Amino acid sequence: MTAHLLYGGAGILLFVLGVWSFLVHEALLRKVIALNVMGSGVFHLLIAIAERGSLPPDPVPHALVLTGIVVAVSATALALAMGRRLEDEDDAR
Amino acid sequence: MNRPAKLMIGLLLCLFALVLLWVFHVALTQPPGARLADLALASLPLSGVTNPVTAVLVNYRAYDTLLELAVLLAALLGIWSLGAATPGFQPAGSALAAMVSWVVPLLILTGGYLLWVGGYAPGGAFQAGALLGAAGVLLRLAGDERAGLPSERAQRRLAVAGIAVFALVGLGTMVAGTGFLTYPQRWSKWLILLAETAATVSIGVILAAAYAGGKPRSRASDGATP
Repeated sequence: MTAHLLYGGAGILLFVLGVWSFLVHEALLRKVIALNVMGSGVFHLLIAIAERGSLPPDPVPHALVLTGIVVAVSATALALAMGRRLEDEDDAR
Repeated sequence: MNRPAKLMIGLLLCLFALVLLWVFHVALTQPPGARLADLALASLPLSGVTNPVTAVLVNYRAYDTLLELAVLLAALLGIWSLGAATPGFQPAGSALAAMVSWVVPLLILTGGYLLWVGGYAPGGAFQAGALLGAAGVLLRLAGDERAGLPSERAQRRLAVAGIAVFALVGLGTMVAGTGFLTYPQRWSKWLILLAETAATVSIGVILAAAYAGGKPRSRASDGATP
């Protein structure tokens, strides 16, 4: 119970830190990192919720997190490529 | 953004975190209601694999995994459409080059192991693909402009292979009469292994190509083995 609360609480903390950084900082790179931190928080929370008491852990949230990680990685890669392109345009001007 | 606004946002988010923590605590203290886990674990013997997470990913929610491969492919297409990749780094020093020549084969071997072990223990296509992608990242950091990938044409085919094999397996099961991506029980293990193998290669190629950050530059010796 305490372990669950600690792990899930850490997830919530990461998520809120990510939201704060996303709203406060202007640089695109920091926003992308903040989004990733938010995502990590959500993954933490999902994994923490998957195991309840003495029952075997629920495989569905685990699979969801795996899916989520891959989507987050690809979205990050696309965002970084777009950010680099934007900077190239700014430099050219 | 000025200081008071930042502080205000921080305060509001602290309150938000407290509310979320309270909700989480309440959710934990409640007895778990009906869970999908019971259903997932009960039909595990029918799924062809014994690792419940793999069963969820490639059997029960196979459609979802198919579309996820499409997301990866779409991201790579987006990256490629933004322009050419940056030139690679200078060739690695002898220490790094020696390390890479040891670590990359090990990564590929471990990827193959993880792919196979996914049937009955934690592992599977995504973990194995991530390792292959990491091998590509290492190669690019050590000076290989193309992250160890073959020519652009081959990269295109490999990137599409995962989703194509997955869709073909789905169409095959449809023709066999069990419905899209509903594996017949006798064949399910091998169909899952086939789809996962193609997915692993695709994920590895897409991640490594995404790390290169753009369309591969044509080399003078294009088509030569990397």
